[in-house]
Amino acid sequence: MKKSVFSAVSAVAMISASVAVAEPQAEVLHYWTSGGEAKSAAVLQKEFADNGGTWTDMPVAGGGGDAAMTALRARVLSGNAPTAVQLKGPAIQEWYEEGVLADISSVAEAEGWADVLPSSIAAHMKCEGTWCAAPVNVHRVDWIWANADVLEANGIEMPTSWDEFNAAAEKLQAAGVIPLAHGGQAWQDATVFEGVALGILGPDGFRKAFVDLDADTLTSDKMKAVFDQMRTMRGFVDENFPGRDWNLATAMVMNGEAAFQIMGDWAKGEFLAAGKVPGEDFLCASTPGDGFLYNVDSFAMFDVGGDDKKAGQELLAKLVVGKNFQKVFNLNKGSIPARTDVELDEFDSCAHLSAEDMKASSEGGSLLPSYAHGMALRGAQAGAITDVVTSHFNSDMSSDDAVQQLLTAVQNSM
Amino acid sequence: MSKWLEEHLPKVVLAPSFIAVLVFVYGFIIWTAWVSLTRSRLLPKYEIEGFIQYERLFAAPRWDVAMNNLFIFGTLFIVISMVLGLMLAILLDQNIRTEGAIRTIYLYPMALSMIVTGTAWKWILNPGLGLEATVQGWGLENFTFNWLVDPDKAIYTVVLAAIWQSSGFVMALFLAGLRSVDTEIIRAAQVDGIPTWRVYSAIIIPSMAPIFLSAFIVLAHLAIKSFDLVIALTGGGPGFATDLPATYMYAMAFSRGDIGQAASSAMVMMGVVFTIVVPYLYSELRAKND
Repeated sequence: MKKSVFSAVSAVAMISASVAVAEPQAEVLHYWTSGGEAKSAAVLQKEFADNGGTWTDMPVAGGGGDAAMTALRARVLSGNAPTAVQLKGPAIQEWYEEGVLADISSVAEAEGWADVLPSSIAAHMKCEGTWCAAPVNVHRVDWIWANADVLEANGIEMPTSWDEFNAAAEKLQAAGVIPLAHGGQAWQDATVFEGVALGILGPDGFRKAFVDLDADTLTSDKMKAVFDQMRTMRGFVDENFPGRDWNLATAMVMNGEAAFQIMGDWAKGEFLAAGKVPGEDFLCASTPGDGFLYNVDSFAMFDVGGDDKKAGQELLAKLVVGKNFQKVFNLNKGSIPARTDVELDEFDSCAHLSAEDMKASSEGGSLLPSYAHGMALRGAQAGAITDVVTSHFNSDMSSDDAVQQLLTAVQNSM
Repeated sequence: MSKWLEEHLPKVVLAPSFIAVLVFVYGFIIWTAWVSLTRSRLLPKYEIEGFIQYERLFAAPRWDVAMNNLFIFGTLFIVISMVLGLMLAILLDQNIRTEGAIRTIYLYPMALSMIVTGTAWKWILNPGLGLEATVQGWGLENFTFNWLVDPDKAIYTVVLAAIWQSSGFVMALFLAGLRSVDTEIIRAAQVDGIPTWRVYSAIIIPSMAPIFLSAFIVLAHLAIKSFDLVIALTGGGPGFATDLPATYMYAMAFSRGDIGQAASSAMVMMGVVFTIVVPYLYSELRAKND
């Protein structure tokens, strides 16, 4: 009896509390629609509901987010923006310039985001000093994956320089193994390219070339060396590579048909899903050279009316950066938490390596945005670079021509 | 009242679709033309900046590739489809017994969507899975057919798949044309002992001129707006070797947040369509007035 009175009282208290504070509402536009991603998104949805919020899901599949962005454009133009949108990198700033983003600094300051996020990643979440987006995860892009058995059978170590990589690849080729599993789609060409560029240009050179778009760096001899290396690597892929999806390339490494793949850590999800063990069946290492290229998913908060929606926005921002969600979500997705103070006990060895490297490179100033995944540049500029990269990789264009075209293309895209 | 209705009913019934066409076709053509003169990026802006987007467009190597591909694809697709369609139609016209069945078989590809055609041909032409692997598996080790992965030849695979899809339709058009030729003339020619090939080349084909024009217009607009076939077959690759204007426009508008650039490429595409369609309309209208 006593107990039920107590629960009745607490129920009344809860009702009155929810009357006093508007119930958090959030309409969330995202493109996490494939298996593992949808599961990860459901985690957030549940946590949001557990905290008394009402979540309106708006998943838009297709085109690697292109379809979602089209939907977003239509919503914003009609003056009815969603509460939160999965956006990343400079796209956040682009939408801010359209004057449609909200300020969530109060949450960010209360939760102390500035202390737990690496500074270069935090910079993406700020719009002219105020916080306007919440980071979800950090994908590392400059990974090289390898089949452990194939390397052992041919007496090869994970390469630590591009020369070593070339030597290993030639040895593998002689042994009848495809050295590099690669899918000939523009974004995959760009992914390999930026790994090579980071190694050869170094972190400072990479920043100058792909963040500042410095003309001298874009046409420098080192950039020519990057294209030379791309030409060499073209010889290490099999004939059937055009159009192949990245996960099929990963499968080639898994079944020993190919030795290496250069791809972001979403490839790890494929290995794990196939029951492979990191360190035993497959190996992970950063691509040769210093630095860390990140691809950070985040939620940008749009300017919406109504206290319930604002409350939803704040709750969502708090949960997204909260320790629990950062851990659970990233365990599902294969990436690592954006905040640096999450316990990594349950993560695998590749994630540990990624987290350590992120910390070290953040301190050393070599934590850099990925250009190929839309973190460093706006769509038009990044696309212009990718056009040159993919047309060089798929033709017999000389490196001299490539750097000239690179410069013209970048200037033409402004 | 009923008299008024009688007079105005056709107009009333047609008005909604007329207004819809006015707004959604011509209205948006004007809108696109306007946006193509601005510096619109992520969202459309309306301050006119001149021809900057067109300058950017014609300076882009990828656009050059796209226009070249349109030229190669358009020419080969239209010419080969027409020749093949005409030949099939003439052969079917010889009063063969199973004409109905054969006609259906040739027409069937038309019932598939371009996406299906593209995906099927992607598998057939993939050197590691399809034709090349199969023939090599039969023991002909030297057989190669790798056009799909060769940047210089990939556009011809698009032509191949498009012809496969459309030539049956062209055949049906021509077959209808052949049947509509006055049989009296043909009989008279046969009585005069004129060989069959002369009957076709001097009498039947010249009298089918309007059918040729219709087939040409249908194929030409299919070629210019071609998009789904390329996306399914090659994804525009290798690199951007099989890009067409429509895929270029899609990339600019939806992947790169460069709406101004996309609008300018759309206007150029429309220009290409007009140069083909306007002479046709002109000749049609003039023929009616005569």
